[in-house]
Amino acid sequence: MHNVQALPQTRPWTATVGRIPGVAYMMVVIVVLFSSLNRQFLDGANLINIGSQGSILLLLALPMTFVILTEGIDVSAGAVAAASSVALGCVMQAGGHTWLGIVAAIGVGTLFGLFNGTLIAWLRLPPFVVTLGTMGMAQGLALIFSNGQSITDIGTVIPALYGGKVLGIPAPLIFAIVAYALNHLLLYRSRFGIYARAIGGNPEALRFAGVSAKAWLISIYAFAGAMFGIGAILLTARMSTAHPTASLGMEFDAIAAVVVGGTSFEKGNGGLPGTLLGVLTIGMLRNGLNLVGVPSSVQVSCVGVLVLLALLIEGWKTK
Amino acid sequence: MNAVLNSLKPGENASKFASRVAAVLVIGLALSFASDVFFTQANLLNIFRQASLLFLMASGLTLVVLAAGIDLSIGANVALSACLAGSVIKATGSPLEGAVVALACGTAIGVINGVLVALLRMPSFIATYGMMWLINGLTYYYMAGSTIYGFPHGFRQLGSGYLFAIPVPVYLMLLFLGLAALFTSRTIYGQQVYAIGSNPVSARFSGIPIKRRLVLVYALSGLMAGLASLVFLARLNSAEGDIGAPLTLPAIAAVLIGGTSLFGGVGTPFGTLIGALLLTLVLNGLNLLNIDANWQPFVTGAIIIIAVLVDSVSRQRQEARA
Repeated sequence: MHNVQALPQTRPWTATVGRIPGVAYMMVVIVVLFSSLNRQFLDGANLINIGSQGSILLLLALPMTFVILTEGIDVSAGAVAAASSVALGCVMQAGGHTWLGIVAAIGVGTLFGLFNGTLIAWLRLPPFVVTLGTMGMAQGLALIFSNGQSITDIGTVIPALYGGKVLGIPAPLIFAIVAYALNHLLLYRSRFGIYARAIGGNPEALRFAGVSAKAWLISIYAFAGAMFGIGAILLTARMSTAHPTASLGMEFDAIAAVVVGGTSFEKGNGGLPGTLLGVLTIGMLRNGLNLVGVPSSVQVSCVGVLVLLALLIEGWKTK
Repeated sequence: MNAVLNSLKPGENASKFASRVAAVLVIGLALSFASDVFFTQANLLNIFRQASLLFLMASGLTLVVLAAGIDLSIGANVALSACLAGSVIKATGSPLEGAVVALACGTAIGVINGVLVALLRMPSFIATYGMMWLINGLTYYYMAGSTIYGFPHGFRQLGSGYLFAIPVPVYLMLLFLGLAALFTSRTIYGQQVYAIGSNPVSARFSGIPIKRRLVLVYALSGLMAGLASLVFLARLNSAEGDIGAPLTLPAIAAVLIGGTSLFGGVGTPFGTLIGALLLTLVLNGLNLLNIDANWQPFVTGAIIIIAVLVDSVSRQRQEARA
């Protein structure tokens, strides 16, 4: 008993190491590995490139964090983004106003999110299979409305959203910063965020507090859909075309960023700072693999390994 | 055959099956009015051939779902197994060696899934989802964009041949329906899988080695994916890196419309066969009615949602009654 006061000073160094999130180690390994393999990796221009490309992923990964905090998942993100992108493309091709196109993209995303949320919250269906079904439906609609072709006639305003600069800062970085700030406020400074974490962590407490968990869960999926729509706009801007299959599979990078960032599928643990680091990790991994000449279709294997590693670390921690 | 019939348990289950068989007949009848081609021997045999391929994949998945898990990696598994087997057959000229490679590859992936889920306690959907992308990348790496085609005539009979005017895969479907029915209703392993799926806690207290059974179930799902890859390869007569991607959704749809509950413990291999037939009929119908092929993922997705909706509603009704 006499050495109780000394305890804080004698905390073993392993405990300190254990408190550093796993994603930090992954980032260090990736930076060291790729900067030694390729000199360009740490160039200023390449770092800005990583940030710009990561901005699209961030727009998908931020709302995915909300969804996973509720013990849910949304595997339809990539397909919904494809449908949103095609909606934007169709409006622009028909000569519609840019704002109309943007509203269409966000609207399509929100509708799919409402659909997911209603089935999951109201009818209590398992999130992964509902969103798997939605994935097929959204993918089909994107192909049907675009006829399986890319829509290139989208004007010049949309592409400027990705290629433009404000005060010398690339536009996508500004989108990323604003989106992160807003999502951060939403998760940590609003009811929406408190309830999102409570639905996963302690749904009983919500019920006793008289809060309608169902309505909030629906709105979380709808919000996620809207964000996927915004991500689709930025993706369309980056490619200067609306393509019905370009964003398929992006949901895996988004889920990977969230999982690698330390958000767990149980009990509403985790948060947005981790997701930000996760997005940077995935972004650097993909960029580094690009620089050493690994094709994008093969890169998913590395992302898969990263996800399984993160789940392993998570399992050890909770044991 | 007895086991197959026995899996049709009296009461609720029988009426569940009756409604699904009726759905198959109604869609079939409607299609034969709507299209001249539908009720021809060639088209019907084609439907059975397609359905048997789907069933081979979905039968292993059925066991996983019965144990309240999911295997999202089967499509990717089929693709990698097919590509490995294809290149072995091309290199050695021996279909037997190719078959061994495909079955080994499929089973190995299944065992890894089982270890991730059962021993490392990862949620099955995210573990197999991660595996799906990991395998997809490996397949692309292995194939490097190339296509393997042109396999020996004898091997191709496995997918496109006929025996007594009936496609060879249909015999495989019946064989594995029988085996799966025997496994689920006549072996202690099968009964234990149902027990694990319907109530894991009581399964543990009654001394069932849950971890080993789960690994077994995922391994069988992988094995069936490996087998399906051979039939797939023999039928297509070519292999590419991206053949697996469109296979996962239909397999899950077949299991779910076949009446196997996503919540575990309820369902039979025979149901999955009906599910595979139903889905194939619908997709074939879209095709015959000249509806754009782009509608197929939409319809498959919608069917998955409807199936899980029906499952959940009937479960809630049962709970209310109990």
